[in-house]
Amino acid sequence: MSDIAIRVNGLGKRYRIGSLHTSNYHTLRDSLVSLFQPREKQPNGHIWALRNISFDVKQGQVLGVVGRNGAGKSTLLKLLSRVTEPTEGEAEIRGRVGSLLEVGTGFHPELTGRENIYLNGAILGMKRAEIERKFDEIVEFAEVEKFIETPVKRYSSGMYLRLAFAVAAHLEPEILVVDEVLAVGDAEFQRKCLGKMGDVAREGRTVLFVSHNMSAVLRLTDETVVIDKGGLIMQAPTAEAVDFYLSRGFTQEGQRVWEADEVPLSAAPFLPLAVRVLNSQGKVVNTIRSVDENTVEIEYSLSAPVTGLRVGIYLMSTRGEYVFTSFDTDDAVEFERMTVRPAGRYISRCTLPANLLNEGRFVVGVNASSYRVKRYFQDEQALTFTVDAAGAPGMHWPEARLGPVRPRLNWQIEAIEA
Amino acid sequence: MTATGTSQLTTADTQKGNMTVQSDSPVTLIRPPRGWQAINLRDLWLYRELVYFLTWRDIKVRYKQAVLGIGWAIIQPIVTMVVFTFIFNQFLDVKPDAGIPDAWYPIFAFAGLLPWQFFQGALQRASTSLVSNSNLLTKVYFPRLIIPSSAVAAGLVDFGFSFLIMIGLMIYFGVSFTLQMLWLPLFLLVALLTALAVGLWLSALNVQYRDVQHMVPFLLTIWMYVSPVVYPIDVINAGGLWKAVYALNPMVGVIQGFRWVLFGTNPPGWMFAISMTMVLLLLVSGLYYFRRMERTFADLI
Repeated sequence: MSDIAIRVNGLGKRYRIGSLHTSNYHTLRDSLVSLFQPREKQPNGHIWALRNISFDVKQGQVLGVVGRNGAGKSTLLKLLSRVTEPTEGEAEIRGRVGSLLEVGTGFHPELTGRENIYLNGAILGMKRAEIERKFDEIVEFAEVEKFIETPVKRYSSGMYLRLAFAVAAHLEPEILVVDEVLAVGDAEFQRKCLGKMGDVAREGRTVLFVSHNMSAVLRLTDETVVIDKGGLIMQAPTAEAVDFYLSRGFTQEGQRVWEADEVPLSAAPFLPLAVRVLNSQGKVVNTIRSVDENTVEIEYSLSAPVTGLRVGIYLMSTRGEYVFTSFDTDDAVEFERMTVRPAGRYISRCTLPANLLNEGRFVVGVNASSYRVKRYFQDEQALTFTVDAAGAPGMHWPEARLGPVRPRLNWQIEAIEA
Repeated sequence: MTATGTSQLTTADTQKGNMTVQSDSPVTLIRPPRGWQAINLRDLWLYRELVYFLTWRDIKVRYKQAVLGIGWAIIQPIVTMVVFTFIFNQFLDVKPDAGIPDAWYPIFAFAGLLPWQFFQGALQRASTSLVSNSNLLTKVYFPRLIIPSSAVAAGLVDFGFSFLIMIGLMIYFGVSFTLQMLWLPLFLLVALLTALAVGLWLSALNVQYRDVQHMVPFLLTIWMYVSPVVYPIDVINAGGLWKAVYALNPMVGVIQGFRWVLFGTNPPGWMFAISMTMVLLLLVSGLYYFRRMERTFADLI
């Protein structure tokens, strides 16, 4: 019916093996050489990045898309925004699609802010008159009034990003595709972006929101699809889908080991090897007891010295609330000592104090970055573990306690009138 | 003030009902490409302003950090003309077309350089255009044809400056202006289409085979010598068959046309017809090949 904005039917995309990660283009010599080589030597294998994907999105709906790295989310978005064409199946899209696959696409460093607004707007499919009409609004949103005649190569990265997002956000397409734009920028800017997306949704536009940020997905979307290994696993109300995604199978338990080919090349020189949860006896476990001290350790190697590196974890409940974020160089003295971390193999280990977590399932995310320089690696759902609250405070009442933590607090009961 | 007005209007529009949004919104069908697909004319039309903006960007960026700026568009043809005059006219004794005084060799050469340098620049930029805009290809949709097209169009500004020099030279040499000059845009258009046609082939090939990048300068050097840039077309004094083969090069018709228009030499006759047929063949096959490869650009680049 006509209230469907996007109808996807059996969509699939096949890539030639080797054209995904390794060098993508060939030289004429390669082609000539392979002509004279026996058939079986040619890498003629194919891989389905996405297959049999079918779902509908209603007009004005905000649909979340979640899945692990490499599950096929980006391929889906690229297909829907027509960057690449499908191998099979079809999709019907009603209205103009605006994509925020990567903000700032087509920005040219030599051109001024003003010139880039026009250029970028045109690339994103805006008419000249439309850009002129929204120009002031864009500049205001980006807060770059003073620098509008300055080449963007002189902008700070924050200004650059704000301007880029502002243009994209004012595109006003009927369908907006958003992929991880919120992973960048400062907290204030992220808040602003989320606000803008909320506005877009309230205006009755359709939004496809892809993110690793479960709390943002929970906050912004009503319904979510889960994608894994190129297939659509479920389409359900967001709370249900997120819980399913976080707690069942898509994240590994106890220990997560990375094979070299699972790590994006952009992570170098950082190479994650494993992240583990260990109980008080030092064994890798799926379930820890909240009354014990437990350990989380990240094993990784550095192929070159890294300056200002911090390796750390996020802890999140399966409802998508963050419990905390912690890095191995949070201690200022330790950070000074480890200014440059030489190449080599490392384990960063931290202790989860006893009497910290409530019962339930938790998700560990891993982040390795140099503040304001580069984020080498991030996996927001590296593994999950379960907390058994036996012996925790208040367990003599068999009830579920609200909140992700269950600290043992010092209570005094003082009788002030006997 | 206007900003608030606009946003209120938008909300009001949406509240009026989804019906308006829907009936206006085009339906896009995404499906695997099958065989021959016509160039999507509707999309080309929708994105027509992008051709303008990308052309404008190319021109702007090209001269932004050059001290001499647009001066380069003037210096290049003049210096080339001077060198050609010394080497070919003075030392090698190459004469202009019959009916043009020997002393007019500089302007004769310039009339050949005018379309040639436009063609050369346009083809150079067009052939690398897809690869140098790879960040756009992998991120947003728009008809890919726009990229080589705007690379070709960006050469028109340089042509405009060279043409002003041409007019100056014509006044200096005392060449009379005639109504024939009104035909000039036609021959410029043929040069543009030739650059576009070959540019479509080479840019698409370059996505897959980066050898093209190395081949283009070589190709252009050879191409210049098989075009009547430094010599008059009469030097090809072989039989009709050889002339026909020679005319397969569309730039032969273009340069001959430029000289006819400016100096009233022999008008391009049947040879131009051959050149035109060749342009059309190259263009249609180029469009076909480009369209066929277009779907893999984002995956290969």
